[in-house]
Amino acid sequence: MNSIKRLAGFIWIFLGVAAIYMLVHRAGLEIGEAVAGKRPLVDTKMFWYIIVPIFSPIMLGLCLFGWYAWKGEYDKIER
Amino acid sequence: MENSSTSEILESRSLMKVIMASSVGTLIEWYDFYIYGAMSVIIAKQFFPQDNPTAAFMAALATFAAGFVVRPFGALVFGRIGDIIGRKYTFLLTLLLMGGSTFAIGLIPGYAQIGIWAPISILALRFIQGLALGGEYGGAATYVAEHSPAHKRGYYTAYIQTTATLGFFLSLGVILLTRRSVGVDAFNDWGWRVPFIVSIFLIAVSVYIRMRMAESPLFAKIKKEGKISTNPLKESFTHKANLKMVLLALFGAVMGQGVVWYTGQFYAQTFIERTMSIEFEQVRYILCIAILLVTPLFLVFGSWSDKIGRKAIMMAGMLLAILTYFPIYKAMYKQADPKAKTIVAEKSSTGSAISVNAAGDSITTTTTVNAFTDGSTLKIVKKETKLADRTKPAPKAETTKTFWLSSSGFWMITFLIFIQIVYVTMVYGPIAAFLVELFPTRIRYTSMSLPYHIGNGIFGGLTPFIATRLFDASKTTDNPGGDPYIGLWYPILIAAVCFVIGMFYMPSEIDENVND
Repeated sequence: MNSIKRLAGFIWIFLGVAAIYMLVHRAGLEIGEAVAGKRPLVDTKMFWYIIVPIFSPIMLGLCLFGWYAWKGEYDKIER
Repeated sequence: MENSSTSEILESRSLMKVIMASSVGTLIEWYDFYIYGAMSVIIAKQFFPQDNPTAAFMAALATFAAGFVVRPFGALVFGRIGDIIGRKYTFLLTLLLMGGSTFAIGLIPGYAQIGIWAPISILALRFIQGLALGGEYGGAATYVAEHSPAHKRGYYTAYIQTTATLGFFLSLGVILLTRRSVGVDAFNDWGWRVPFIVSIFLIAVSVYIRMRMAESPLFAKIKKEGKISTNPLKESFTHKANLKMVLLALFGAVMGQGVVWYTGQFYAQTFIERTMSIEFEQVRYILCIAILLVTPLFLVFGSWSDKIGRKAIMMAGMLLAILTYFPIYKAMYKQADPKAKTIVAEKSSTGSAISVNAAGDSITTTTTVNAFTDGSTLKIVKKETKLADRTKPAPKAETTKTFWLSSSGFWMITFLIFIQIVYVTMVYGPIAAFLVELFPTRIRYTSMSLPYHIGNGIFGGLTPFIATRLFDASKTTDNPGGDPYIGLWYPILIAAVCFVIGMFYMPSEIDENVND
């Protein structure tokens, strides 16, 4: 079980990095479309200006969680 | 034997006083927080000019996000104070801040009177509300848990867990009552201020009750022993042993709990009101009935978690939500889907009226009423404006739909929302006890508040915002109606990741000793 927990740590790190990439990439794409008049400008900007700065640090937290998992910090929970 | 049972009864009575005193304040804070959300459309019209894009931006920001996004900061600020000064005075402070800002919202003059200061004031007060709420919950949950015996911690802290749902219920009730009393027009004009102003009386009662409470015995003990943390923020988030538990709490429990809660209680409301166009009062009656029926289950699952552990119940609730959200929302949508119904021609009608406004523009209003065989009714009002100045492009036609459910449709949707809130009680009922047991007394307030408010304020609180955005983005020229279920992917994916992390990493056993 502990080896699965440790290996899964990579998944959480990958998931965190992938989520940050997706957020930034998608935001750039949609804001670009909005500036070009294909989407409502205020709504699009507002959505991404809220979502990217809020979720990116949280996803870094997921990476850190994955790192701890990989290092075996969750093998046994001390309470 | 008799003495022991008498002392148990006395202990239980004094504990119930502690719980009630904590719960009433927390309930009122949730009430204050939710009435803003419930009246966001009216507030936007009163305080934000619709023709100014900057102000419109602020309106949307204030309406959808500000209150939720600042909650984790409130958790840090007040969590620190709570771990240094004490639980009692900290959540007394959050109560005053919340009550004061809510009362002030009810008194602020509109944009027509004070211009740009109106939206600035509203935004500032909404920030204060979010900060106060961020500090409140952790204090109340910690306070009750630190008074509770180990074998009933889940049960007693579940009373705190009912307050969010009951606060929402109270806000819906006060709004409906005020709207009924003063009439729709007066409510939209000035009556909406009443629920905000009423808050000051509720706060006064709650402050009086809380002033009479004693400090948490565990906190008082470590204070006496000089074991209080001098820098709880540093200790919580820079010491690996604590930080890893904060991360585990967030990603293995609270993140999924937050999205299940906000989907069941709030996205469900957005979905039936916006996507299905169900009539304003019917929506609120549905929610009130479902909430009232389901609330005792918080205590049931809280109590059950004392016997079988917190994890099993929370994970079961999350899994049920993941597996059943799509069928539940499809069943809800069917109740107001005109394509799935048969029109009664003799009860249906269409009429048009033409009016001319002061600028000389001609406005054609077409009203179509479709009555269906099951007793439901759909009213579509379409407004088309022809400008007097023909050189300008004609504005887009405005269409509003209102759907009145049949009796069977009403009860079916009530049942389906009831089921979703049952999941909420499963994930949310035991969470306070779970979080309290995860952290030591000296940094408990700070450590449990942050993951709670990231999970609930951000992952959960932004659920209606993100899900509605996904729905709007799914509307294309080929499919102008969009995919009504696409928004569900957000809570399902978040809950699924949380479920897997929780199952693998979260401890199953109850930590009986919280005196550490």
